[in-house]
Order: sequence, then structure tokens, then C-alpha cells
Amino acid sequence: MKVLAIDTSSVVATCAVLDEEKLLGEYTLNQDMTHSERLIPMVKTLMDSLKLKPENIDLFAGSVGPGSFTGLRIGLATIKGLAHVVDKSVIGISTLEALAFNVPFDGVVIPIMDARRDRVYTGIYRWENGKLINIMKPTILNIDELLDIVDPNYEKVLFNGDGTFVFKDRIDEKLKEKALYAPISLNMAKASSIGELALLKWEEGSEENYFKLSPDYLRESQAQRQLNEKR
Amino acid sequence: MEKDIITLAIETSCDETSCAVLKNGREVLSNIISSQIEIHRKFGGVVPEVASRKHIENINIIIDRALKEAGVDFKDIDIVGVTRGPGLVGALLVGISSAKAIAYALDKPLIGVNHIKGHICANYIEHKTLEPPFTCLVVSGGHTYLVQANSYTDYELIGRTRDDAAGEAFDKVARSLGLPYPGGPVIDKLSKVGNPRAIDFPRPCLEENSYDFSFSGLKTAVLNYLNQMKQKGEEIVVEDVAASFQQAVIEVLVEKTIRLAKERNSKIIVLAGGVAANEGLRNLLEIRGSEEDIEIKYPSTTLCTDNAAMIGSCAYFNYISGQNSDLGLTVEPNLELDQK
Ligand SMILES: [Zn+2]
Repeated sequence: MKVLAIDTSSVVATCAVLDEEKLLGEYTLNQDMTHSERLIPMVKTLMDSLKLKPENIDLFAGSVGPGSFTGLRIGLATIKGLAHVVDKSVIGISTLEALAFNVPFDGVVIPIMDARRDRVYTGIYRWENGKLINIMKPTILNIDELLDIVDPNYEKVLFNGDGTFVFKDRIDEKLKEKALYAPISLNMAKASSIGELALLKWEEGSEENYFKLSPDYLRESQAQRQLNEKR
Repeated sequence: MEKDIITLAIETSCDETSCAVLKNGREVLSNIISSQIEIHRKFGGVVPEVASRKHIENINIIIDRALKEAGVDFKDIDIVGVTRGPGLVGALLVGISSAKAIAYALDKPLIGVNHIKGHICANYIEHKTLEPPFTCLVVSGGHTYLVQANSYTDYELIGRTRDDAAGEAFDKVARSLGLPYPGGPVIDKLSKVGNPRAIDFPRPCLEENSYDFSFSGLKTAVLNYLNQMKQKGEEIVVEDVAASFQQAVIEVLVEKTIRLAKERNSKIIVLAGGVAANEGLRNLLEIRGSEEDIEIKYPSTTLCTDNAAMIGSCAYFNYISGQNSDLGLTVEPNLELDQK
């Protein structure tokens, strides 16, 4: 069973093809550039190198968020378009879960994505017997709020994601030597993690269709929030 | 007989999610338009982020409906056309990402389309024998362009608005009159009962020889008039304000268009864009056209609004003249008429 996975929720654009046994190929660019311009050419380069065509793919996986609203839509519009043409299933994966999945670490993993103005998209995860367990659901929090709710009983906490570039000093100040950080290659989105999680979900029987799959922004649009406040 | 060319077209530049299937650029097999107007009404105008969210939820459903209604399958598609600008960047990105994925998966050419040229091409669908050259006035919520169509792909930009688009002025004046969004159709309707000579609003014509437009001065004149009347405690006849404002706008649009047509010896003037559905504009242009022996053409109301069929028509003409895009195609929110 071959999976094509994509993540464009942050500045990273990444796509990968994998099956149950191995990662066949992964193409990742981590540079500030327009995803819409690069993504399909990246997918084509990867697929052509593997001598694969979209009809050889059995499952299409994309990150549903949180992350850049525009980035999420570019990724999902692409995944939905590809799956639609070849009429295959799609699976949406949380960007944060995929970040946590990057680091099989015996302890707590807290992915943080910069959501600007001192806020992070975050969730709390823990590896137990080789399985990734979600402890706190994905949400948007002020960085200090997050650090306040980190359980003092945790022995070690591993942070990854682009929020680490912005908030490392504040994390260290609060959590001291309890805080750990991922190696650089695991600090960023990897389409292979999206794809592997999609395969696990598929085996558990979950399946979505390309009509319904939409981003999970975790935030209403600003216009909607302002409208809500007026009421 | 050459093989038919089947085009799948996608349009998401503003608040309509649309997908169409065309045969040979002029025959519409389907043209599905999902309008978000009800969603944006509560905000008093189009909210870009809200529009983009709606596009990603809808896009594949609309594509599927377009294919089904046309009675074709993905495998029947020869080219994929998509709007690359001008428009709202986030909204355009949904359509272009979807179109690229489909073009790649089908291994068929991708063709990026200028939305304004698309509006003009709506006339090739409506009028099966229409051929360039002709003079064209494109008016919509976001655009006011005076264009000379030299060929199916060469559209010469002659004049444009220097500030507000005509449709934008309609919306702003409507809001100041307490009328609902969108303002254009409401003002057009009220104008039928109001007196267009009741208030003498300025006709902003700029310099003698310019084909450019400017509507912000006119809009300000309307706002000043409303303020003065309120201060004096005098009654405002909404119908008369609407009719007098609309008259000022359409006189300027019509006179400049007629002048260009005469200068270029055009026997045909083509109207395009959302405001082309304005009856006051159509009527005045037809009266002036018949005086000058110029034929006036415009699309049906559906083809005036943003729709994918017009994008498909433009994509077809680009394709047969060899103007294909590659998969690195970018969106251009401020795409100009003379840009590829
Ligand atoms: Zn338009």
C-alpha cells in the first residue's frame, strides 16, 4: 500500500512516498518560498524519480493543521485534487501529532509552532510502549500559559517545531534542565511522519474522502471573531 | 474534422467557487457556480480569509458536479484552465493548487488565465460568431477597464480606474444610503423609479484625452450631499440619489467607451464583468450605440458574474495559440491586463 503525504503547514514544504515497510522517498525544502509554486513540481520530481504515477498511489495524506492557514489550504487542495482524479481515499493528520511522531522519546513531547504574538499552536504527547498518546489536545496558547501547565512531575520534556526558535530562552528559564530539544532534522515537519501516521490510522479503519477533507485551523477567522465580540 | 478540445476550468478569485467544462472554448457543457454572498453579507463585504475557507471546503464538490453535469470524466479532459489573478491571493491559491494537482495527475496542459480577459471571453460563449477586433468595457466590483481586443489573446489596455472601481463606488454609495450589500443591483433597481436628473453630481472625466476613470470624487460628492441634507434636516429621497449617482457613473463609462470605439473604428462594443448586468448601463450604451451605428453585445447575467466557463473559454484560446503554463505557475493578485 503506497501513501503519498504532504505537509505545507509551516515554512517547510515536504512530500514523501512510503509503504508499510519503508520510506521510498522524501523531498523537503526548508526555505521561505511560495509553496504553491514549488509543491506540485516537488511532488512530480519525487514521483518521477520513483517511476510512480498518481494512479499507483493507494492513499493520500495531508496535514490538516494547525499552521499557516494559506499553507494548509495549498497542501490540502493539492492532496484533494490528486485523490479526486484517481478516486482514492485521503487521510488528514494533525501537524502537531506529526511533529511529536518525529521524536520517539521516552517521555513527554511538546511540539510548538509559532502562532505569532507570543502564542504557539501546541499539544502534549507521550510515547507509551511504542505508541504515541495524546495528553493535551491541539490548541493555541500563550507560551507562558503553556509553560505554566507543564506538569511539574514530568522528568524530561522534549520540545520541537518552529516555536523553539522563538521561545527557547523562555522555556529554558522556566523549565531549566528539564527541557530538551530535538535534533534539527527532527525539529521540522516531515511528510514521512504524516504518511506513517496516515498508514496507522488507515489500519485502524479510519478513512476520509476528498470532498470533505478540510483544514482544522483551531482558530476562527479574525472577521468572525470580531463579529462574535460584537454580539 | 479536428478533435474536440475539452477544457476543465476553475475560478476562485473572489467569493464564488466555480468549475466549468467546455467544448472548444465556446460551448459550455457545465458551469457550476457556488456563491458565498450570503456568508459575506453579515460582514458587509467579502472577507478574504472567510472566502478562502469556503473555497477549500467546496472545491472538489463543485468540480465533481461540473464533470457530472457535463457528462464527462477526468479522462476526457484535454486541458485544465485556472484563474491566476487578479483577485484575493488566498482564494486564488486554492483554485490554482487544485488545478495544478489535477493537471499533473491527468498529465495534461495547465493554462493560467487572467480573470479580466476571462470576463471578456464570456462574450465568445454568449455570441458564437463574435470575433475580434472590438472595443470592450469591463466593469465589476474590483475592476474598471477600457480595452481594445485585437485578437483572441491580445487585449490592449486603454483605460482604467485611478482609484475606486465602478462597482466599488456602487457598494460604498449603497452603504451610505443604508442599502444592503452588494449595492450595485439595489441601486440599479432604485434608479428605475428615481429621477436621474434630481441631483447634479459631477461627471469625473479627468483630462481631455484620457481614457482613465476616477470614481472616488463622485463617491465623495454623494457623501457630502447626504451630510448637507442631514444637517439641513431635509428629507433624502433615496431613489433620486441612487438614480442621479448611477446616471453620473454610466454617462462617464458610456461616453469614453463610445469615443474609443469611434477612434478605433470598432463596429462592435462588448460589455463584460459584474456591472455589465446593470440595466441602466446596458440601456444607455445601446441608445448611444444605435446613434453611432455601433452594435452592443453583452453576456447573459450568469456569464457577467464570476464564473469558470469564461475562464475555460480564455484558457482554450490561450492553448490554441500556444500559451501554456507550467506546473510552477504562480498566482498574481495584482495581475495586469497586459501581463501574461
Ligand atoms: Zn470578476
